[in-house]
Amino acid sequence: MTTVAPPRSISMTFDELKGLVSERAFSGETLLLNMGPQHPSTHGVLRLLLELDGEQVVSCVPDIGYLHTGIEKTCESKTYTKVIPLTDRMDYLSPMSNNLGYVMAVEKLMDVDVPLRAQYIRVILCELQRIASHLVWLGTHAIDLAAMSMLLYCFREREMILDIFEMVSGQRMMASYFRIGGLWRDVPEGFEDAVRQFMRLFPSRIDEYEALLRKNPLWLSRTQGIGAIAGQDALAWGMTGPSLRGSGVNWDIRKAQPYSGYDHFDFDVPLGENGDVYDRYWCRMQEFRQSLRIVDQALKKLPKGPVITGDRKVAPPPKEELAWSMESLIHHFKLWTEGFSPPPGEVYVSVESPRGEFGCYVNSDGSPKPRRVHFRTPSFANLAALPLMAKGVLVADVVALIGSIDVVLGDIDR
Amino acid sequence: MPDPIVETLRARFGDAITGVVEFRGETTIHVWPEAIGDVCMFLRDADAASYDFLSDVSAVDAWPDEPRFQVNYHLYSMTRNTRLRLKASVRDGQSLPSVAGVWPAANWFERETYDLFGVKFDNHPDLRRLLLPDDYLGHPLRRDAPLVVEEVEFTHNFDEVEARKPYARE
Repeated sequence: MTTVAPPRSISMTFDELKGLVSERAFSGETLLLNMGPQHPSTHGVLRLLLELDGEQVVSCVPDIGYLHTGIEKTCESKTYTKVIPLTDRMDYLSPMSNNLGYVMAVEKLMDVDVPLRAQYIRVILCELQRIASHLVWLGTHAIDLAAMSMLLYCFREREMILDIFEMVSGQRMMASYFRIGGLWRDVPEGFEDAVRQFMRLFPSRIDEYEALLRKNPLWLSRTQGIGAIAGQDALAWGMTGPSLRGSGVNWDIRKAQPYSGYDHFDFDVPLGENGDVYDRYWCRMQEFRQSLRIVDQALKKLPKGPVITGDRKVAPPPKEELAWSMESLIHHFKLWTEGFSPPPGEVYVSVESPRGEFGCYVNSDGSPKPRRVHFRTPSFANLAALPLMAKGVLVADVVALIGSIDVVLGDIDR
Repeated sequence: MPDPIVETLRARFGDAITGVVEFRGETTIHVWPEAIGDVCMFLRDADAASYDFLSDVSAVDAWPDEPRFQVNYHLYSMTRNTRLRLKASVRDGQSLPSVAGVWPAANWFERETYDLFGVKFDNHPDLRRLLLPDDYLGHPLRRDAPLVVEEVEFTHNFDEVEARKPYARE
């Protein structure tokens, strides 16, 4: 089967540009510049077609899809459990949040209850993931704006979190630790100490980051007042997460529609005012501290008990039971060969990932494989608003803008 | 407990609302494809609804059933803190009105749906492929599109498969 058309002549591509860039580009009055796909500031493989008047951006046309791997198509040929590792690989900086969104969707479809201990551990790991993800954002965003040393400090602290992930799941990044109905296993001994140690250290490190950036006039002049977007516009364009809250819109799914026990914890939602690069930076910096607050409370309240549901149609029985229980052996065999079959129906569940609303739509036709899985990824919608924000800024500010909306291209292209 | 907006919609649009489904606490409203633009505009602007945020647009392929494509719109209301799903079913080749004029966020979501399913949206400002290359033929997320498109090369048939591969040749 042939899926690639024969190569076309160059003149057709000029026609395609019509409507995307202004008429002035065709007379040569403005300059068309390709930024990317291999540009270091694009945090992946993103191509921007910039139309420039001098150094000012007249229009910006993002071209995405370089990392498209057809994850949604692949999901349709996997059993429900086997989709979990795929979700890690979309937003590779926040696999835990992706796992959570997906397993919660399937739990809703199956109507399964998750033990409280599992819910709290999920919250702890997701908040640590938020910190780790924001650390990568802070480091790369700062290095884009020539603050070289930030990256090294941020990655130093991120390493501590990745060590905790390795401790619980055996994997630093692609943890796949959450299971439908709970967790793969309980957290090991020493988990709480490791988290506590990180929490003792981290507040002073946040102060260090702020000391490095907040009084730096070069940093301030490249972030304050750059790429401002009004709250109404940001909302209409589907922006979510800190990029939306930087514009002063108070919407955090953890507060608005609490899930996984977030309503048991006390935390604030930091809001910006101007919606510029600096306010988005400020929101994320505050979220570091709020995440620490949540982790602290969750650790204190962490109940004892099972970490996965007792529903054997969804969760495998304990290994030792296989030696003496016929039913357990059957359940285990069924789960590993066929999987489980949710009732026909569809659900949409969204969680607050470090980048915004991560939504997961699962459609079941009653078979052990999903008919359709769709991921509403936050970076996708956030990037769609880039042309609006980029209008009128300087080329160098586009770099700051991309950094400030914290896009992950794996998340966009899926 | 269905969303009270269902009754308002039925009174306003009548036959255009073809069904309401409640599943696991989520409300799905089936809408005539032709009416989707008006319904969305109403849901955004009416005080009783104020669905000011479009979370997502995507499609489901029910192949071989007809009409095969179900296009889903996931709405969220900031003021009422509720979610709603609209669903419009279209046949292959049938198009839907674009809602990019209602919520600009729909622009890329609809482009993605067009790219992966081949569902066309009328009056879309820029309906080009989004994720796949412009010269890609077909729409991979259709249920009848094969999962593996490229022939697998082994040592014994490497040259044979290479000769058939559609490379961009000089």
